[in-house]
Amino acid sequence: MKEQWNGFKEGLWCQEINVSDFIKSNYTPYPADETFLTGPTDKTTKVWQKCTELLKEELQKRVLDIDTDHMAGINNFAPGYICEEDNVIVGLQTNKPLKRMVNPYGGIRMVYSSLEAYNYKLNPTVDHYFNEFRKTHNQGVFDVYTDEIKKARHVGLLTGLPDAYGRGRIIGDYRRVALYGIDYLMEQKKKDFSSLTGRMNNGLIRQREELSEQYRALEKIKQMAKTYGFDIARPAVNAKEAVQWTYFAYLAAVKENNGAAMSLGRVDAFFDIYIERDLKKGIITEKEAQELIDQFVIKLRLVRHLRTPEYDELFSGDPTWVTCSIGGMTSENKSMVTKTSYRILNTLTNLDPAPEPNMTVLWSTELPEPWKKYCASMSIKTDSIQYESDDLMRPIYGDDYAIACCVSAMRIGKDMQFFGARCNLAKSLLYAINGGVDEITGDKVLEGFLSITDEYLDYAKVKEAYFKVLEKVAQIYSDAMNIIHYMHDKYAYEAGQMALHDTDVHRYMAYGVAGLSVVADSLSAIKYAKVKPIRNEQGITTDFVIEGDFPKYGNDDDRVDNLAKEVLDKFFSELKRYYCYRKAEPTMSVLTITSNVVYGAKTGATPDGRKRGEPFAPGANPMHGRDENGAIASLNSVAKLEYATCCKDGISNTFSIVPTALGMDEENQIENLVALLDGYFKQKAHHLNVNVLKRETLISAMNNPEKYPLLTIRVSGYAVRFNRLTRKQQEEVIARTFHEKM
Amino acid sequence: MKGAVDSIETFGLVDGPGIRTVVFLSGCKLRCKYCHNPEMWQKGKDNYTPEELAEKILRNKNYFGNKGGVTFSGGEPLLQSKFIIEVGKILKKEQINIALDTAGIGLNDYEEVLKMVDLVLLDVKHTNAHDYHELTGGDITEALKFIDDLNKSGKQVWIRQVIVPGVHDNYAYLISLNKFIKQIKNVTRIDFLPYHKLGSEKYIALNIYNPYENMPAMDKDKCAKLYTEFMQIYNQENY
Repeated sequence: MKEQWNGFKEGLWCQEINVSDFIKSNYTPYPADETFLTGPTDKTTKVWQKCTELLKEELQKRVLDIDTDHMAGINNFAPGYICEEDNVIVGLQTNKPLKRMVNPYGGIRMVYSSLEAYNYKLNPTVDHYFNEFRKTHNQGVFDVYTDEIKKARHVGLLTGLPDAYGRGRIIGDYRRVALYGIDYLMEQKKKDFSSLTGRMNNGLIRQREELSEQYRALEKIKQMAKTYGFDIARPAVNAKEAVQWTYFAYLAAVKENNGAAMSLGRVDAFFDIYIERDLKKGIITEKEAQELIDQFVIKLRLVRHLRTPEYDELFSGDPTWVTCSIGGMTSENKSMVTKTSYRILNTLTNLDPAPEPNMTVLWSTELPEPWKKYCASMSIKTDSIQYESDDLMRPIYGDDYAIACCVSAMRIGKDMQFFGARCNLAKSLLYAINGGVDEITGDKVLEGFLSITDEYLDYAKVKEAYFKVLEKVAQIYSDAMNIIHYMHDKYAYEAGQMALHDTDVHRYMAYGVAGLSVVADSLSAIKYAKVKPIRNEQGITTDFVIEGDFPKYGNDDDRVDNLAKEVLDKFFSELKRYYCYRKAEPTMSVLTITSNVVYGAKTGATPDGRKRGEPFAPGANPMHGRDENGAIASLNSVAKLEYATCCKDGISNTFSIVPTALGMDEENQIENLVALLDGYFKQKAHHLNVNVLKRETLISAMNNPEKYPLLTIRVSGYAVRFNRLTRKQQEEVIARTFHEKM
Repeated sequence: MKGAVDSIETFGLVDGPGIRTVVFLSGCKLRCKYCHNPEMWQKGKDNYTPEELAEKILRNKNYFGNKGGVTFSGGEPLLQSKFIIEVGKILKKEQINIALDTAGIGLNDYEEVLKMVDLVLLDVKHTNAHDYHELTGGDITEALKFIDDLNKSGKQVWIRQVIVPGVHDNYAYLISLNKFIKQIKNVTRIDFLPYHKLGSEKYIALNIYNPYENMPAMDKDKCAKLYTEFMQIYNQENY
């Protein structure tokens, strides 16, 4: 046993890198309520006050500052501090809070357009390097893209592909640095390297090169910590160091990479072990323990990346998806809720409600009641929590997994994923009707399809054509993904994050879909009502007339819900037919984030009665106003979508309700929300965003943003400050079904 | 056998404890001036067998927790008491909590259906025969007959009183309401519901004369004050 481990129970974790075993051998479950929690210390209040001022300034200027002289990298910036009192948990991405980095590895063009948007200019030397000598991921991808991929991308059949910036959605096991110290991790990587021998084929060559990069990255993390005055070569000796070491490892990831989602992982039980040890020794008080967590969370809230205006339109509100997974159970059915699970949610009280870190509660119906109630009460107060079913994920991923981005589960340090954004299922349906011609641009996007010329759409015919289109789209999508991730590995490899994974890592190819509810309702309309296409002079169907009523997704009606399932099954089985780069395991998500608005804008009228340009419902949500039997029926429809066998990368659902509709008083509201979550997850559902808000509040916030600087709401898979959404997105959120029946 | 179901609200949180599936059964003999569900006055088509309805309700069982369940509302659910009994038999096998939201104006066959329910939400319209008739077009003695059977059943009762401005919002009414409620056994909760205008659009859509077209909504704060006042009266023995 290393001396820093004194007081810990020995186990397998002492012989190998095994944080999970460390946690399970040492953590203390906490079954009681939140009354032990404490408020912020003066120091926390001061530091956060300074941040609040900076955040206000940032909101006005949109970006506070950009460092155009240094490139993103683990150790490329001088140490930075928020203010004089900032000395509990330290470290910033650059030398100043909220100052953004330039990361050209994903693509230099993105850098130009972001800088231009904010009137900055790149340091000419850097500019020179990245133009003359250094190829980027983006250039690599476009060297290879086929015409059909480019077309599919251009018309919005495939959107949000990570082909011009970092792919993200990778979670390093940042806790390893605290538990083992960097030197031990380096030794292990060296050992792995020396065992990677044999004939030098592509795979082996690449692996050896990557391991060398990982090794160097670990050294850089160590050096970076040194600039702040810490020696993280050795393990952390106390709670403060454990939080600081872990944060340095995470900080290295967000200095090195600008992925859309840069998630944190799962730290509650891990930190709690160190805090409990210090509390027992009497070297820390509850107030100080909370201070560590508060200050850690402050740092997570300051993470920023430089984005283009187009990116902001797709993913509004500057999200970074510092997703923090909390709670859950062990595989032996023991609660993993600790006092630190409470302390983390308590930051929403001690600081204020905020979108980051993306608080993600891993919900099990077996978790202690006081914890469930505390979560529900914090949801009602802050609208900052999302819930994901631990009961559904634990059998697949074990008990040391975490959520990346919104809904993507991965075993920490053992799995990584190739992020694949999403494909527009609704547009695909229109291509089936229009023979592969885009309904908006009139371009021929898919070759080899005939348009449907019937006066009324015939269900069997449309379905057959649709499934053929899906087959083609799956092939294009799969090709695009293989190209993107090949090039990303080549030109923008995440050495720092991958160094905190097992060398033999399991990879997912994470496909995604948008527009599911539009497609389900459209097919239902064609099947159960009469749908007459309206064609323009070119013969392109641009609108539909629906005669009669039809079952709609969101009413717990199998007739239409099964159509949604069938489409998902078909598309995923098509995707599975193709080889995935690096033998990745294909998975799929039903998730849109805020891009449901942009997707809708790029898609013509659909046979369900949705007009051209109207937003899709987010994620797997039913379309606005079509659920006629109340929230439970709506939830039940979504719960029918298969997680384990089809959409293993997550099924996102957002639930908004006005407080009075949730119950007559606070106690009832909490009880009812707990019952709702228990019920939903017993139905084998995967994910739920919960908003408890009045529609009038949102309308008022849209018109008087300055009055609601902190108003946070959950949208598909993340939380966002309402005033950071575009007007169109705000309107879409307000229009979305609110459950407010009296 | 089939029943006439107007609609189902799967996320009912104000018609009984916990999360409830509220089944609206169509058909009602009363014509309350403040009715916000006039579309349910006429009994619609018999559209559900007991098995079909029970199956729909049981889809939501996971959300009921310790407190929730099903509430039969309407319309006047007691007009379809036989149907409720048949549905109830299936639900009771699954230990579902059953509530009945009623004005007590049915077909005088209450004994058996009351055995089936766990909670009665009793809608008090008015306390004297004249005003009762004026407000609802019905006969208060019918409601009193139901209260008799309800008292014999020993079932738990929640009282609901809609407060209409100028009709119920005076001291004299509170005194009479207190007396009225005191004759009902096992009352565990009393709610005042301020008259609201959310139903008025339905009258227009259905092209039905709305006697309260010009009646203002009851002020919520005033209603809450009235409730406090009433509960003081109610909790004093000598009233």
